[in-house]
Amino acid sequence: MATVSDRQRELRNTACIVGVDESDQIGTLPNTSQLSLHLEAISNAVRDAGLKVRDVDGIFTAGQHSPATLGEALGVKPRYVDGTTVGGCSFIIMVGHAVAALHHGLCDVAVVSHGESGRSGTGVTRTRDTALSGQFEFPYGFGGATSYFGMITTRHMHEHGTTLEQWAQVAVSTRKWAALNPKARFRDPITVADVLNSRPVSYPFNLLNICLVTDAGGAVVLTRADRAKDCAKPPVYVRGFGEATEHVMVTQMEDLASSAATRLAGERAFSMAGVSAKDFNHVMLYDAFTSGPPIMLESLGIAKPGEGVQFFAEGRSTPGGRLPINTNGGGLSYTHSGMYGIFPIIEATRQVRGECGARQVPGVSCSLVNGMGGMLSAAGTLVLAGGR
Amino acid sequence: MDVDRPLPSPITPEAKPFWDGCKAEKLMLPRCEECAHVFFYPRILCPRCHSRRVGWMQASGRGTLHSFEIAHQAFQKAWKIKPPYVLAMVQLEEGPRLMSNLINVEASPKAIKCDMPVEVVFTKVSDEVTLPLFQPRR
Repeated sequence: MATVSDRQRELRNTACIVGVDESDQIGTLPNTSQLSLHLEAISNAVRDAGLKVRDVDGIFTAGQHSPATLGEALGVKPRYVDGTTVGGCSFIIMVGHAVAALHHGLCDVAVVSHGESGRSGTGVTRTRDTALSGQFEFPYGFGGATSYFGMITTRHMHEHGTTLEQWAQVAVSTRKWAALNPKARFRDPITVADVLNSRPVSYPFNLLNICLVTDAGGAVVLTRADRAKDCAKPPVYVRGFGEATEHVMVTQMEDLASSAATRLAGERAFSMAGVSAKDFNHVMLYDAFTSGPPIMLESLGIAKPGEGVQFFAEGRSTPGGRLPINTNGGGLSYTHSGMYGIFPIIEATRQVRGECGARQVPGVSCSLVNGMGGMLSAAGTLVLAGGR
Repeated sequence: MDVDRPLPSPITPEAKPFWDGCKAEKLMLPRCEECAHVFFYPRILCPRCHSRRVGWMQASGRGTLHSFEIAHQAFQKAWKIKPPYVLAMVQLEEGPRLMSNLINVEASPKAIKCDMPVEVVFTKVSDEVTLPLFQPRR
């Protein structure tokens, strides 16, 4: 069991999320550059906090633009930068990094920013490190997340008897939330049969098992708890955070049917926060594929091995259900620009604040955010809570 | 000869004995000289004991199908093989796993099962490159 040091535990509730927002629009945006998606999201999130862009002195971002590029574009000379890039959960991990930097006075207002023209490729220079994949994966036809995540999924089905119908239920549940989110790309209800009858992409995945590809930005603003009280909206406390990485190529996973990185990140975050699975009344899980959230629930110790899918059965995860999961409509139905991790943080913050309108879960006091980078390769976990 | 798939690129110096082995129809795996750990992909230190004394051994070419996908589209621009085709993760007898394709089999989940026994089939794809593909063990 991974635990954290007393010094990490001392960071509990020392900083808060005070501002969140997306870019002006999300979806298909051929006329908006990737850099503009960042800048829109940052200016919107800073306004949400009741702060000014000039207040920002810590810049955290992952992906193709460095924090220096964002500082330059914003006309800000940050005191602290972080460009940790370990996949889509990088932004979740950076919330922890920002809490540490704020605590030590390395910056006073931290912004974690994401912008990705994942669908249109506007203002994008694609460069990838393919030294290992190029030798050991691409010659066999692998390429793109679907061709790898299916390996994890097929093995889970073999070891636990999980079925295609059970994975499909995750897509159905998530779409029910998307129907209540005006910003979601797909809002029409779907059935298990719709998922099973959608275009086969790569067994075990049909099209509706796979996330969207969109253009979108998102940003999260943090400051120390003492200063957070002066911001525009109720502060959302970062009660715990954890991170871990295990592998990059899926052949290197210790166990294909569960995620060591997710387990370790979760144990660290729960240990820091002093919480257990029963304390959460709202959950956000990075859903690039329908099999991801159930495997995450199992890896986090919230579900028993093989039983994660049961959390999505019989309406348990849907509006009015016992444990609402992915209430924004997820990467499956709301938006997924490529590195989705900023968006579950935004949704969890809004749910804790109670500003989600039709999709608001009553009385969210403690929200779990868990995301993956790559193919469950890296993981970041956050425990977010309302006023102490 | 027409190349119908991406060739391994770049071939790194530490992996050259693996690719040279394939060309000679031998499946060569890195093995730690200190702790005898057999691993893949090739690297200059042992990922178990971190010794820098890494040698090579010839593998049997036998293993099991650890996991698979049946692809209905190409995931690489240079992939010219008509779908459906089988993406495979093979668990070698010697311990390590590697990615490959399962060939000489019906591309259907009815015919393909996790943990089924498989064996290597060396497949020449260019004058320079031979790939270790796998088929159901006979």
